[in-house]
Amino acid sequence: MWLRISAIVMRYFFLHRRSVARVMEIFFWPVMNLLVWGFVTYYLKELALPKTVLFLLGSVILWDVLYRSQQGITLAITEEFWVKNIINIFISPISMGELLTAICIVGIIKSLVTTVVLGFLALFFYKFSLLEIGPGLVLFLGNLLLFGWGVGLFTMALIFRYGRAAEALIWGVPFLIQPVSAVFYPVTVLPVWLQKIAYLLPSTYVFEGMRQVLATGVTDISILGISFGLNLVYLLLGALYFNWMLRRVREMGYLSRLHLE
Amino acid sequence: MKDNGSNVSVTEIKGLTKRFGTLTALDCLTFRVCRGDILGLLGPNGAGKTTAIHCMLGLITPSSGSIRILGLDIGRYRRKILSRVNFSSAYTSLPSNLTVWENLIVFSRLYGLKSARKRIDMLLELFEIGETVDRLTGSLSSGQLTRLNLCKAFLNDPEILFLDEPTASLDPDIAAKVRQGLHELQRQRGLTMIYTSHNMQEVEQMCDRVIFLARGRIVMQGSPSEIIKQSKSPSLEDLFIAIARNGHLYQTVIAGEEEPCGSE
Ligand SMILES: Nc1ncnc2c1ncn2[C@@H]1O[C@H](COP(=O)(O)OP(=O)(O)O)[C@@H](O)[C@H]1O
Ligand SMILES: [Mg+2]
Repeated sequence: MWLRISAIVMRYFFLHRRSVARVMEIFFWPVMNLLVWGFVTYYLKELALPKTVLFLLGSVILWDVLYRSQQGITLAITEEFWVKNIINIFISPISMGELLTAICIVGIIKSLVTTVVLGFLALFFYKFSLLEIGPGLVLFLGNLLLFGWGVGLFTMALIFRYGRAAEALIWGVPFLIQPVSAVFYPVTVLPVWLQKIAYLLPSTYVFEGMRQVLATGVTDISILGISFGLNLVYLLLGALYFNWMLRRVREMGYLSRLHLE
Repeated sequence: MKDNGSNVSVTEIKGLTKRFGTLTALDCLTFRVCRGDILGLLGPNGAGKTTAIHCMLGLITPSSGSIRILGLDIGRYRRKILSRVNFSSAYTSLPSNLTVWENLIVFSRLYGLKSARKRIDMLLELFEIGETVDRLTGSLSSGQLTRLNLCKAFLNDPEILFLDEPTASLDPDIAAKVRQGLHELQRQRGLTMIYTSHNMQEVEQMCDRVIFLARGRIVMQGSPSEIIKQSKSPSLEDLFIAIARNGHLYQTVIAGEEEPCGSE
């Protein structure tokens, strides 16, 4: 089992080792994002909103974890469609569980690398230390990764069904989640009906929790617990949906039609 | 015709039917393939060859019928079967942004081989693409790519090899080399092959048995020489054209020879 999982991990390692574009994906965009927001926060600081500054920087970095996590697993599968390798993988004895595990491992590694880099840059440029979030940071990050996978399972299922036509979703879905998750502002600024939806998303609790820690120094474990609980629900639903979709893909013979696209 | 001294069937298809909506892509196929045999699946475009192979690989779930590969049911033992067979086609390729070596290492691990160095070297030599080992897969010519796909397909020393138009993009010289490589491995290992091709000369040369499909039905089967004799065609190629144009006329030819097809 581990041999097959490591095979897929290796496959993405080989891919990233050589591709400038893909290394950019890990470093360039997140760094640019951080810089832009960092300077916005500097400006806001001049307007004397010191807490907001911390919040925004924390948000930028944490949002990136969720975003990369979702992208990580969806892009990995899309990559196999692009290079017409998906059938080769499907006729090898790897199980879907092994494939997903491998992709998640790759996702964790990529997210960790990005987070560490952004963390250092934030410290260097803006004197903001992620570690101010305290030991709860690991739980915050973990919940975001999990939610990214949950969402990723849904988007991946759609890619199996609709092939490259669904690619827009990979980029679109996170931006559907972002405004509702209260990433850059407290939930309370949302209209009441949207707040209800916001509280259905595990990410909302993470960003609310982060602001609370930065403001008061207290980590609210119960909030993280709710987030984790919701994550389990989404992961379960995502897995069921993905599985159902794979069965349909086999019934409809979608994988056999790929060369026609 | 050669005698493989064995009639253990490694592939048993009974009443295989696949419908896509209203289209019946496979209509009640029943056939067996014995260990060590090379079976050619022939027929015009859209006859159902690819669909049949993909059903046998578990990529497509049949509407009805049963598929047993190596004595196991594909629906229940897919992964077990997949570890003992392999597949290569002109329509799939290995990731273009990895080198030849990296791709083969990744796939040998997927097939559970810890140290595959020797095997990879042997296969690259056999298909005469040893010099490409450190090149990016995307930079290979189509002939080299086809042979790389075949190397991948031999990594796990398969008992059955499924090939979908393996020589489609090759010039005659390379195609001949590929056939030679395939034959050599086939003789050494007692390998069973099921493959599709539009090259009738190749089929006559390679196959112990052929099955002609038209519109999802078996219209003829037997050894190439038998079939030519039976159909009174001058060659397999003429027969192919006749079937492609008037497939329905041939449906009776094999009627007496096959097991009746049970409806489910
Ligand atoms: N996934 C699919 N959905 C709908 N129709 C399909 C699908 N796959 C194949 N077909 C149809 O089934 C028939 C057989 O196709 P195929 O097996 O690819 O033929 P061949 O390989 O012999 O050229 C064709 O009419 C094709 O259009
Ligand atoms: Mg075909």
